Amino acid sequence: MNAPTRIRPELVCPAGTPAALRTAVEAGADAIYCGFRDETNARNFPGLNFSPAELAEGIRFAHDHGAKVLVAINTFPRAGAAKLWHEAVARAEGSGADAVILADLGVVAHAAEKHPNLRRHLSVQAAASNPDAIRYWVETWGIRRVVLPRVLSVPEIAAINKEIACETEVFVFGGLCVMAEGRCSLSSHATGKSPNMNGVCSPPSHVLYEEDHGDLVAKLGAFTIDRTPKGVAAPYPTLCKGRFTAGDYSGHVFEDPVSLDAAQLIPGLIEAGVTAFKIEGRQRSRAYTQAVVAAFRKAVDDHMAGRPIAAEMTRALAEGQSTTAGAYKKTWR
Amino acid sequence: MSEQTTNETTKPAVVMGPVLFNWSVEEWVDFHARIADEAEVDRVHVGEVVCSKREPFWADRLPEVIERLQRGGKTVVVDTLALVTLKRERQIVADLAGLDGVELEINDFSPLVHLAPGRRFAVSPLVNVYDEGTLGVLAKRGAWSVCLPPELPITQVEALAAEGRRIGVETQVFAFGRLPLAISGRCYHARVHGLAKDSCQFVCNKDPDGLAVDTLDGERFLAINGVQTMSQAAIAVLDECERLVAAGVSAFRLSPHHCDMGAVARIFRDRLAGRIDAAEARSRLGTVGLAVPLTGPMMTGTWPVPTPRAAARG
Repeated sequence: MNAPTRIRPELVCPAGTPAALRTAVEAGADAIYCGFRDETNARNFPGLNFSPAELAEGIRFAHDHGAKVLVAINTFPRAGAAKLWHEAVARAEGSGADAVILADLGVVAHAAEKHPNLRRHLSVQAAASNPDAIRYWVETWGIRRVVLPRVLSVPEIAAINKEIACETEVFVFGGLCVMAEGRCSLSSHATGKSPNMNGVCSPPSHVLYEEDHGDLVAKLGAFTIDRTPKGVAAPYPTLCKGRFTAGDYSGHVFEDPVSLDAAQLIPGLIEAGVTAFKIEGRQRSRAYTQAVVAAFRKAVDDHMAGRPIAAEMTRALAEGQSTTAGAYKKTWR
Repeated sequence: MSEQTTNETTKPAVVMGPVLFNWSVEEWVDFHARIADEAEVDRVHVGEVVCSKREPFWADRLPEVIERLQRGGKTVVVDTLALVTLKRERQIVADLAGLDGVELEINDFSPLVHLAPGRRFAVSPLVNVYDEGTLGVLAKRGAWSVCLPPELPITQVEALAAEGRRIGVETQVFAFGRLPLAISGRCYHARVHGLAKDSCQFVCNKDPDGLAVDTLDGERFLAINGVQTMSQAAIAVLDECERLVAAGVSAFRLSPHHCDMGAVARIFRDRLAGRIDAAEARSRLGTVGLAVPLTGPMMTGTWPVPTPRAAARG
């Protein structure tokens, strides 16, 4: 159960590269999350992620600056290939990682058995969305922190925290999955590549822009995801943010092209017992990482010092995109 | 009380999955009565997987449906909800986990805290079982049947089926119907009708097979079913039957649609018994009154090909 005293929340920041790790640490991250340069992590994009040597070096740098490093090994192993995931866990521990972020039950069980002293966090990809599911992971596998799926409202998060014996981490900024994470095969359906199996969603390798009757058509695989008049910025064809028709409806069937900004909800989320705030975006630039981490560092510090969180603080960071508080504000209900 | 299916010499089981759509309670009861009397299936799943708001409509008819199916010689499996967040939903799951005399299929890990050690359970395709490690952990906890995720490539299905055979767990594939692809906290049926989820007027009941989602270029793509997103085409595992059975897959799941599901079951029974080939099965599936297009499964890399709606309608 959560202690009644208010604890300073941990700001967990993304690093897609060693340079981004150093940038995030210097911008005020309490913890960095990152992954190996292979299919064991859910941001398996070309040019991203860490070699074992880079990870060890990054962990040394973070520890020297008082920050933790959490290693995401959060895809689901191929049958017959779990060794790669097991080796990733061993390498994370050997490099001095403060925790691993895992999604697959088999990998969690392996880590619990072979690396009992390595702290285990449950990835959002495991989609533990209620106190009973979380209890299973905590009581059976010693999970110390659960990253909550982005389908919950703040009161629901508060209710969960009252009933569970581990920490919770929630996303506060960046890309927004509208589906329960780890339970979505839409990308797989359109391209054959999925977050669960390949660590990618709507991958750039399957994106195509075509001109048609004066429009720019954004395609994923063989499918039209959006269409914009020439001259208007064409959106990246993320499947669930596309425009489609359904019955008499035409438009964003699943979600508008928005990103998550829960900066204003920080006080409520702390009140709800959340331990850690996570910023999405291991695929983003160093400049972006620096700006977002610094802004959230200030937001958390302002709140802890009793100052209000500046309303416009994070607006500019969304880079022209609209933002939403997602499911946190219960608008989905 | 359930049929033996893990022995490699027995015939593969044909399983009627849970109704995923919002059918009226009368239709839902009638459907199960017909399946109880006529359908050549070994097992029938009941229970609400998609949306807890639908559950009160038929919850008090569940005992009668279970009894009817059992009288028809079918093993009954009760499914739990896929996405559990509310207190009421947790209570529904706890109650189902406490039911005696029926099998239970889990759709997330929350039922496990209610199941006594040694109590066996089945695992739905909405639970992530991608590798031998997870399969083994679940088997140790009491899983006797696992329906594999539909996005798994056939080589992975074969590897897991072999492992299932080795450790004595039935592996099952989703063999017929619109594929469940995603589940969300947001209701898309409510959204496209301009309604809030809490006052949805149960608009998903207008679409007994789900509502088709097309691209802006009029190509068939997905379908929505309340908070669930599905493939627009129904898949049919027909060409792969021998290969899957040889690998150790011992059950084939049919997902109920608004058509003659008894006929669908007979077609799969004939196909699995080797009485008809894939081409004949496909041609017979064209006569069951299914209102959605048919395609091959994801497991063989049959990604949907854009089909113009007008042409597809013929």
